[in-house]
Amino acid sequence: MEKYLYTALFAPLVSSLFVAIFAARPKMLFTGIVASMLIAISMISSFVLLIDVNTYGPLHVTMMDWIAAGNLEIPFGFVVDEVSVIMMVTVTLVSTIVHIYSIGYMDHDKSFNRFFSYLSAFVFSMMILVMSDNFVGLFIGWEGVGLCSWLLIGFWYHKHSASWAANEAFIMNRIADLGMLMGLFLIYWNVGSFQYDDVFASVKGMDPVLLATIGMFLFIGAMGKSAQFPLHTWLADAMEGPTPVSALIHAATMVTAGVYLVIRCGELYSLIPEVGFAIASLGAFVAVFAASMALVNNDLKRIIAYSTLSQLGYMFVAAGLGAYWIALFHLMTHAFFKSLLFLGAGNVMHAMHDELNIKKMGGLYGSMKATAILMSVASVALAGIYPFAGFFSKDKILEVAFNEGAYFLWFALFIGAGLTAFYSFRLVMLVFFGEKEYVKYGLHPHEAQPFVIYALLPLGLLAVIAGFFEHTFEGFVTRLLAQYEIHIEHGTEVLLIAGTLGIALSGIAFAVYMYRRGGFPKSWEGSFGYKLLSNQYYIPKLYELYIMRPFSALATFAWQKIDTKIVDFTVDLIARIIYSTGQNARKMQSGNLSDMLRWMIVGMIVLLTLAIFYRPMV
Amino acid sequence: MITLTHYLILTGILFSIGLVGVMRRTNLLMLFFSTEILLNAINIGFVAVSKYYGDLTGQMFAFFIIAVAASEVAVGLGLLILWYKRNGSVDLNSLQMMKG
Amino acid sequence: MFEIIAFYIFAALTIGMFAIVVMSRNALYSMSALAGGMIFISGFFFILDAEFLGVVQIVVYSGAIMALYAFGMMFFDTTRDVSEKMRSKKIAYTLSVISAILVVAILCAPLVSENIQASYPSMDNVGNVQMIGIVLFTKYLVPFELAAIMLLVAMIAGIVLASKKMDEYLAIEDDEVEEAKEVK
Repeated sequence: MEKYLYTALFAPLVSSLFVAIFAARPKMLFTGIVASMLIAISMISSFVLLIDVNTYGPLHVTMMDWIAAGNLEIPFGFVVDEVSVIMMVTVTLVSTIVHIYSIGYMDHDKSFNRFFSYLSAFVFSMMILVMSDNFVGLFIGWEGVGLCSWLLIGFWYHKHSASWAANEAFIMNRIADLGMLMGLFLIYWNVGSFQYDDVFASVKGMDPVLLATIGMFLFIGAMGKSAQFPLHTWLADAMEGPTPVSALIHAATMVTAGVYLVIRCGELYSLIPEVGFAIASLGAFVAVFAASMALVNNDLKRIIAYSTLSQLGYMFVAAGLGAYWIALFHLMTHAFFKSLLFLGAGNVMHAMHDELNIKKMGGLYGSMKATAILMSVASVALAGIYPFAGFFSKDKILEVAFNEGAYFLWFALFIGAGLTAFYSFRLVMLVFFGEKEYVKYGLHPHEAQPFVIYALLPLGLLAVIAGFFEHTFEGFVTRLLAQYEIHIEHGTEVLLIAGTLGIALSGIAFAVYMYRRGGFPKSWEGSFGYKLLSNQYYIPKLYELYIMRPFSALATFAWQKIDTKIVDFTVDLIARIIYSTGQNARKMQSGNLSDMLRWMIVGMIVLLTLAIFYRPMV
Repeated sequence: MITLTHYLILTGILFSIGLVGVMRRTNLLMLFFSTEILLNAINIGFVAVSKYYGDLTGQMFAFFIIAVAASEVAVGLGLLILWYKRNGSVDLNSLQMMKG
Repeated sequence: MFEIIAFYIFAALTIGMFAIVVMSRNALYSMSALAGGMIFISGFFFILDAEFLGVVQIVVYSGAIMALYAFGMMFFDTTRDVSEKMRSKKIAYTLSVISAILVVAILCAPLVSENIQASYPSMDNVGNVQMIGIVLFTKYLVPFELAAIMLLVAMIAGIVLASKKMDEYLAIEDDEVEEAKEVK
């Protein structure tokens, strides 16, 4: 069984390193195929491990000792328990499909090989993150996915906007990582070990204030990775990267790392319910906040990005309120339909020659039937309509909020569900149905290559049926995670479900109705609300004015006044002193024998003086 | 009573006279003379120590110093003659070709 | 008593002679003073019961070395007074005074002089010459042989350096070989 673990873990690394050899060469098809095959092998190993964990229980290996310094002992250890195997399966499944998709998507790109190397490296880092059995291994994976995300967002590095977005993502993540590191330090200081088992065994006895601090710090780290407010601006800008990157990283895997952290530390968070409630409130806020921004956006990928942000909010609500398995379930189903949405959007982009403005599309159903159907299926799943996957997971989250008595949160999520349905179908209507705007721009769209569509089919299938595994999932995962009992009267429960379904359906109906008739009046675009939303509440502008400008002024000051004038000056001074000493000492070599004899006598006197004062004798 | 100290002070005085000569003289031949003074001063020192401690090592050393001084003079004068033939002067300041 | 007088006379004379060597402008005076100084130093050796060394001093130093210097002086044009501009006299004198004080201080420090032990003690009944002979040919044999080689080398070097045409070339050219053969 261990060999499956190592295969699942290291196959992506092998793929990345192998393809990296060809990274600087022009496109070689076999690199994509080899990479996809190796990731598929990892996926198969993950499935085998899933069955194994189901039958026999968790698997725990320690590969080797890494740090053993004094009292600090950190081994490279891996654990495959119920939670991590679910994450592994999700990650590898979506990764395999994304790899196969990329063979078609990056077809005409000259950095084809480099892309697959980075993508496989990302998968490897993510596997380390979810499979590690201690916090430091998690942190290594954390940083690794941050790095690969930077590499991939800025993949087309000659585009200034892409490099900027990559830097923004990385820097925001780094800021959040500081919080996470503080949390890790506090954990080590009070527990003495980083292993999950040791930490969770000792949290029960710790001071609640301390626990709350640790929980908050760890959540700050999760905030950065999962783009919660206020560290959310990077996610929308990260759409500068190629679409498969958005599908893999910013839908299914990296952004869920924050949720994974909270789920993994469930035993910690269940002891500090106030912090959990704060997390849930923030999650609910983000859910509505992001959904509102998606309502008016015209950029295809950004709408889907805001949608991801919103759904992450939902996951945090569930995790914050203690329903960890529900958060994990929503994470899994969301991965399927969100990546499907992104990949479909990639198809659309390719057909539209990388055009992103949905106002310039329309009526693509005729030319791209398969993509249209898949994206519609994904949108329906996202909106949460029975019997698709989103219904089960999202609905459960609303029930959780209601169950906890957090009615305000429930209401926010309820509105959010309506908004989600609306903007998803706004997207579908504007892209696939309606007036064929693209004709004005002279574009001739065509469907993607067949193998790409076939690759997307498994995701479509899962988006449909994954919801039915809810009970098996619950039984499986709650072996490790806390059980969550929902005590709502059956009648109220039915009412809630009906209400949620109702608002989702009405959102869809409203979108279809409005956009069938040509959309909203143009005059709304000048209104204050519209402007606020389409400029993302002016938050990026705020960041630029109040954070970036002062910081860059500080950096310029430090560079010009301190670094150049002081540090460089000191180093140059040392060099100049040595040089001038040499210059002056050169005059000793006058070539005149008399002078040299005098120097000889001076030397002799020095030696005699030393002989008197430093005599090492009795 | 003449103790060892007297002889050693004498050695010191003679040595410093030799040093003055080394520093002062710009005629190369005179420089050699000063070197001889240095060597002889040391010889006195060695023999004095040898006498006052009843050890023959000092005398042996002085003996070898005399041998060395002799060969040094031979070679040194040879070189000096060569230099004189080439440059026509034995002044120290004419020897200043290796300026740093 | 006798020894004290002899010591002080010889000391004064030696210092005077060497002062003349160092200070005089006339090369001939310097050389003569040096020769004189050597002989007085030999006197010191006799006072100190090192007869062999005293004789060697006269023979080698005053005899051979001073003769060599005299021949050297004849070679160079030294009838003129040597005019020297000494640069920075003060530095020279200061340095030598300092070094004199230091040397004396080191040598006369009581700690140093109390720990010396004789490694080749002289025996009383044997004369100095015999004693030196015994030590030289048994304990100091290797330095003796080396000194002999060194003198040989110095001799050859002196001959090579000072003979005629040595500053021009050291090997016979091919045409000279032909000439030599034809002459024969």
